[in-house]
Amino acid sequence: MEALRKHTGLAVPLNMSNVDTDQIIPKQFLTRIERTGFGQFLFYNWRFDENGNKRPDFILNKPKYENASVLIAGENFGSGSSREHAPWSLLDYGFKIIIAPNFADIFYNNSFKNGLVPIEIDKDQVNDWLKQAEEGILNLTVDLEEKTITDVERDLKISFEMPEYRRQNIMNGWDEIALTLKVEDKISAYENSVL
Amino acid sequence: MTKPKTIIEKVWDKHVVHTEEGRPDLIYIDLHLIHEVTSPQAFEGLRLKNRELRRPDLTYATMDHNVPTRNRGEIKDPIARLQVETLEKNCEEYGVELADINHPDQGIVHVIGPELGLTQPGKTIVCGDSHTSTHGAFGALAFGIGTSEVEHVFATQTLWQEKPKTLNVKVEGDLGTGVTAKDLILAIISKYTVNMGTGYIIEFTGQAIKDLTMEERMTVCNMSIEAGARAGLISPDEKTVEYLRGRKNVPKGEEFEKLAKEWLALKTDEDAVYDKTLTINAAEIEPQVTWGTNPGMGAPVSGATPAFSETEDKAALERALDYMGLEEKQPIKSIEIDHVFIGSCTNSRLSDLEKAAKIIEGKKVSDKVTAIVVPGSFSVKILAEEKGLDKVFKEAGFEWREAGCSMCLGMNEDIVPPGGRCASTSNRNFEGRQGNGARTHLVSPEMAAAAAVEGRFVDVRTY
Ligand code: SF4
Repeated sequence: MEALRKHTGLAVPLNMSNVDTDQIIPKQFLTRIERTGFGQFLFYNWRFDENGNKRPDFILNKPKYENASVLIAGENFGSGSSREHAPWSLLDYGFKIIIAPNFADIFYNNSFKNGLVPIEIDKDQVNDWLKQAEEGILNLTVDLEEKTITDVERDLKISFEMPEYRRQNIMNGWDEIALTLKVEDKISAYENSVL
Repeated sequence: MTKPKTIIEKVWDKHVVHTEEGRPDLIYIDLHLIHEVTSPQAFEGLRLKNRELRRPDLTYATMDHNVPTRNRGEIKDPIARLQVETLEKNCEEYGVELADINHPDQGIVHVIGPELGLTQPGKTIVCGDSHTSTHGAFGALAFGIGTSEVEHVFATQTLWQEKPKTLNVKVEGDLGTGVTAKDLILAIISKYTVNMGTGYIIEFTGQAIKDLTMEERMTVCNMSIEAGARAGLISPDEKTVEYLRGRKNVPKGEEFEKLAKEWLALKTDEDAVYDKTLTINAAEIEPQVTWGTNPGMGAPVSGATPAFSETEDKAALERALDYMGLEEKQPIKSIEIDHVFIGSCTNSRLSDLEKAAKIIEGKKVSDKVTAIVVPGSFSVKILAEEKGLDKVFKEAGFEWREAGCSMCLGMNEDIVPPGGRCASTSNRNFEGRQGNGARTHLVSPEMAAAAAVEGRFVDVRTY
């Protein structure tokens, strides 16, 4: 996993609640056995019509957001299935940061494991940024070291919270299995105690 | 006196392997179930790092998501076929027991775990599948994980987990006649929304829960994830013990009796405190039908879709009704369907099929409806056939299939066509879930069976 400490990028607003993982990556693309190459299928049924043509009115298809790397969304983002293909497809498409009032548990967890950073912030601030990104241009700088997000145009800086160990994992790009294997003696001791 | 504990805390505390400042608990995993869709990348990860699979003996595999439910041996899509073959190869290489497509123990992973007695009270159980919560019906702490965590469990048999908050969903009173476990859980999610349980593990308690059979309890716990909770469980009782007695992976004789005592002791202590409690009156619940695009968008069968004037989020309602091809304030009973799916890890067990069969016995599926029954496992299929249920379904005009996930998510060929409308006993009505452009209404097996005959939703209580 790549380490990530600071990121600046264009934000795209996805003004919907309960965006589920079936929408993020539809089931017909789950048969692949790789971790890579899922970006082309991201939000497939929203991005493309039955004939595979781009739907011009879907937000990600608007030229203005072409190079967006920050996704802003409504409540309970990533609900539904445990498929890690959801963060894989978001990352592969080019997203690094997702901002929402809250996330579904498994999606939140899966994202961190892959270096996609989900950030929970206050709903009013999310709505404000959704609006700004819809009407104008919104560039955000996320600083994980400082735990802040800066609205570049408006020079507005807000703080966010995130579990400390998750922040460390992301900032250092740690291999979690390697970390766990450092306490392998504890695992063995546990196994012996329940035998 | 030690502090009274909930079952959630008891199971948790028993499994903590290691704690350190600033990190969640490292907990041990007793059973790791795997299937073809979410495991290949995890095996690949092990291979790339040259790591061992620590406990193949605590790992069990089946194929369910993408297997055909007719012409069994023939997966037409080469990419899907490769996925199934990859699981076979991986299980062989790493020494994991596999119930493959032709194995008598094959079935939906959440149906076979309990059937085989792999699922037991007090165990920590994970699977790369969100409906792992199903196993909570036995008083196990069972939850879905992503593929990175599958790899983590392969390599370490543990997971770093933040201790969850506890939510007591207390269901008092009795469910009315014709009102099922499915209606109960759908009604709870409609009332409290799809993120009522985020950050919590739910324990279902109360008289109505005690009265449920084990199979009905599985239906309730199965949909905990639809309430946003990572897991949902029910304290074990005599029913739990009797269900497990004599099953394949459960000890016999004295050892069983000893184990049974330990299981019963897991139940939540009388004065244990939950972080939150919600109380529901079972008697108020009617048969449910979802009308929208998440499981919280549901109504009683006597009701209607919401009015725009009464909603907080008009855009979301508009979007859902538009996708579903429905109007505001449209009576549920006026909704006509053209597909019926009886199956999935929510409602594909023997008792589900029996209840549906009872409704359709001697009747015919409406001309305009395509109806299929997909038993949850090979063993459910055999038992149902011994009871002649297959004949009842077939005579009524249902197709009788082989076990698998099938039309619950349509990864195989079983899909609802664009614009098609399905009364489904599964657990998710998301856009496109059962097929691109397909519309899903979640219901109980009884409601699905009655809808198959009538071609629209009817109240099974007066049917
Ligand atoms: S039946 Fe449906 S919900 Fe259950 S495991 Fe299969 S795909 Fe998932």
